[in-house]
Amino acid sequence: MSELICKDLTLGYENNALVEGLSFEVKKGDYLCIVGENGTGKSTLMRTILHLQKPMGGTIEYGDDLKSTEIGYLPQQTLVQRDFPASVREVVLSGCQAKTGFRPFYTKDEKALAKKNMERLGIENLSKRCYRELSGGQQQRVLLARALCATEKMLLLDEPVSGLDPKVTADMYKMIKKLNDDGISIIMISHDIYSAVKYASHILHIGNDTFFGTVKEYKKTKLGKLYLDEEGGKEND
Amino acid sequence: MIDTLTYYLKFPFVQYAIIVGVLIALCSSLLGVTLVLKRFSFIGDGLSHVAFGAMAIASIVNVSFGESSKSSGQNDMLIVLPITIISAILLLWTGQNTKIKGDAAIAMISVGALAIGYLLMNIFSTSTNLSGDVCSTLFGSTSILTLKSSEVWLCIVLSIVVVLAFIYFYNKIFAVTFDESFAKAVGTKANAYNLIIAVIIAVIIVLAMNLVGSLLVTALIIFPALSAMRVFKSFLSVTVCAAIFSIICALLGIFLSIIYGTPVGSTIVAVDMAGFFVFSIVGKVGGKA
Repeated sequence: MSELICKDLTLGYENNALVEGLSFEVKKGDYLCIVGENGTGKSTLMRTILHLQKPMGGTIEYGDDLKSTEIGYLPQQTLVQRDFPASVREVVLSGCQAKTGFRPFYTKDEKALAKKNMERLGIENLSKRCYRELSGGQQQRVLLARALCATEKMLLLDEPVSGLDPKVTADMYKMIKKLNDDGISIIMISHDIYSAVKYASHILHIGNDTFFGTVKEYKKTKLGKLYLDEEGGKEND
Repeated sequence: MIDTLTYYLKFPFVQYAIIVGVLIALCSSLLGVTLVLKRFSFIGDGLSHVAFGAMAIASIVNVSFGESSKSSGQNDMLIVLPITIISAILLLWTGQNTKIKGDAAIAMISVGALAIGYLLMNIFSTSTNLSGDVCSTLFGSTSILTLKSSEVWLCIVLSIVVVLAFIYFYNKIFAVTFDESFAKAVGTKANAYNLIIAVIIAVIIVLAMNLVGSLLVTALIIFPALSAMRVFKSFLSVTVCAAIFSIICALLGIFLSIIYGTPVGSTIVAVDMAGFFVFSIVGKVGGKA
């Protein structure tokens, strides 16, 4: 059974539909990349999956033991975070927040989980550092560790490599792939079509033409060929 | 100088003022970081103007009950507090999804309340010294030295409630301030906590108005947080530092105002400003070292 099934979704806001008739599903262990031009509704789709926003039509079902609040989220950086005085440990620990319910403080187990995830992402030596003083790649790792504290099942990544230099970008992709190999389902929004087809198992292309399927199928479609060529042409310039 | 101070410290009204001053300083510093980072600094300002308007209404109600408006601080509080809390909720809640965006809504409500408050005071006031009354509500006054023991108790109780609430919700406030979308996505009831933050802010503002007057409340809220943020790097250390900073500045301010006979509110804010510059320099130097 699938962890996430979206059926016939209509997305948008204020009666302005960006996407119509969108259907796809994510099975456990899948690595789905969502690609498409700017303004086609990728971020809206993400907000809808996270139930931060209601779909205008269609349904989203969560299955295979995945609750709607068990999706870890790696957002794009917000203005607030740029000058937030917080240590790395505090940020990572805040990922456990949803587990506390009405309990005011974190338990030993939750602190241990935060520590484990910091080690997993190789940032335990930064634990006491101030979040805003870290480099972009380090900040992304911190937020990834936080997301892992919230869930072990599914991660939603919103352009995780934007603004990172090529080496850090490659490291980030490897890190995400490793988490995927550990059995965590990944949904990632990306502009980077080459890395998408390199690492992902499935592609969801949103735009005038919509495509959902495996990477292999995507490469064979006209849309995929066109998009890959176009991007390739750009990079050769 | 010390003699003057020890002489004054024997009086109960001065002791009251110091107790209340310290408690208010402590409370108002706690949520400063959250307000500054959520770009809500001016919510404090807007709310304090609302509280000013509410104060005007309260004094009118008191007049119609045949009491003089000066001797009924507690009745004032019963009217001012709910009105301010409701405004805080409206501001924080509607701020996110209305046609009139956050800062404009705050500006509208704050100047509106200010105007209505002054208007009402002019029309209905029986006081012979109207401009004096208005001035003391806006800038704080000697009123902190004329507190009755019942008001001191009310202040103590409210302060304890605020501090306990802050400690209880500390981790949740952190999560919601740092990243509201993430908190919502993993199932934290961010809206509920925003509401709680709004209510706590409203209580703090009504409390702090007694000390520094409604125009200067914002200073009491943001200076400790901004100063602490210059030097410290984790949320916990910033919060603790802001609280200590605020208490020390309030005490210094009260002592200075006793010794030199200056207005309490503006003296405390002046000390806060001086503290901010000291911390800025320390932050610069420490950051380079």
